[in-house]
Amino acid sequence: MAAEGKTIDALSQFELIPVLGPVGRAVGFTQSNAHMLLAIGLVSALMLLGIRRRALIPGRLQSAAEMSYEFVESLVVGQVGHEGRRYFPFVFALFMFVLAGNLLGLFPYAFTYTSHIAVTLGLAATVFVVTTAVAFALHGRKFFGYFFPEGAPLWLAPIIVPVELVSYLSRPISLSVRLFANMVAGHVLLKVFATFVVLLGTLGVVGPFVAALPLAVNVLLVGFEILVAFLQAYVFAILTCIYLHDAVHLH
Amino acid sequence: MVDQRDGFEQRLRSAEARQGLDPDPAGDRGPSPQAPWGIGLRAGVEIVSALIAGAGLGWLLDRWLGTGPWLLLLFFLIGGAAGVLNLYRLVSPPRRPN
Repeated sequence: MAAEGKTIDALSQFELIPVLGPVGRAVGFTQSNAHMLLAIGLVSALMLLGIRRRALIPGRLQSAAEMSYEFVESLVVGQVGHEGRRYFPFVFALFMFVLAGNLLGLFPYAFTYTSHIAVTLGLAATVFVVTTAVAFALHGRKFFGYFFPEGAPLWLAPIIVPVELVSYLSRPISLSVRLFANMVAGHVLLKVFATFVVLLGTLGVVGPFVAALPLAVNVLLVGFEILVAFLQAYVFAILTCIYLHDAVHLH
Repeated sequence: MVDQRDGFEQRLRSAEARQGLDPDPAGDRGPSPQAPWGIGLRAGVEIVSALIAGAGLGWLLDRWLGTGPWLLLLFFLIGGAAGVLNLYRLVSPPRRPN
């Protein structure tokens, strides 16, 4: 446990530990990868089992599947427009993967793979490459006009172009850092207050009464973390949609 | 989708309008409806990430061209400007017509 040494050890929960014994150690298969596979399995199971019955009046599972589908679909169509429908699978996969990761991490003993910058930066880099490729495929060389707005005086180009370029390059960084920072901050807070409960609980007679305070905070924090899990998946998906909109329409 | 069956969607919508349950008449156009501190956090992330992107690009160019610390310094400033640009795009009303 974290409190055994009478210290607050909030960061060891993010350590990667190989699983599956020697095979996992040999190929570097950690609990993070295991949770990713679990998330993919859960999302696939939700969609496959949810639409198996195809009832006109949906059951609970079908409702959940249809709600997630329609939520992301309205997001994509609302932000990108009707020509953005073909990017729906991409956004849907991203959204469900991030959401499943955020929510899985809230279970005890589970690992939050979205709390690693390597994972979020990998996802954001995928978004960056895909949106840039879409813009190139649709607009060809006109894509470079994105970095210089029409009508601006030409002598301002040495200032505007680098600034727009850096602003464009900062997209994957802000996208990944936002998700990563939110998940890390939430889980560190949870762990710190949980450690308070254990430390204060051993404080003699008054201990259990004082320990009730951080316990109450933790109950509130878990609810807040569920909100953050949904909100960050939503923000990730909607920013992807906004970037796709920019790629499809070039402003 | 069941909408083509018997005008279900339309009846549902008119029923919702009668009950005053219209889903968002005006709002919900911004990138993310969040608490004020959420917007503040986003603003901070936007500026910091633009600075990181600018400094990183300058550092890479410096390493490639061997031009001392100068491009790093220049692109750090450009990163700051890009951060302000990001911030402006974050708070300015959306200008997309659709």
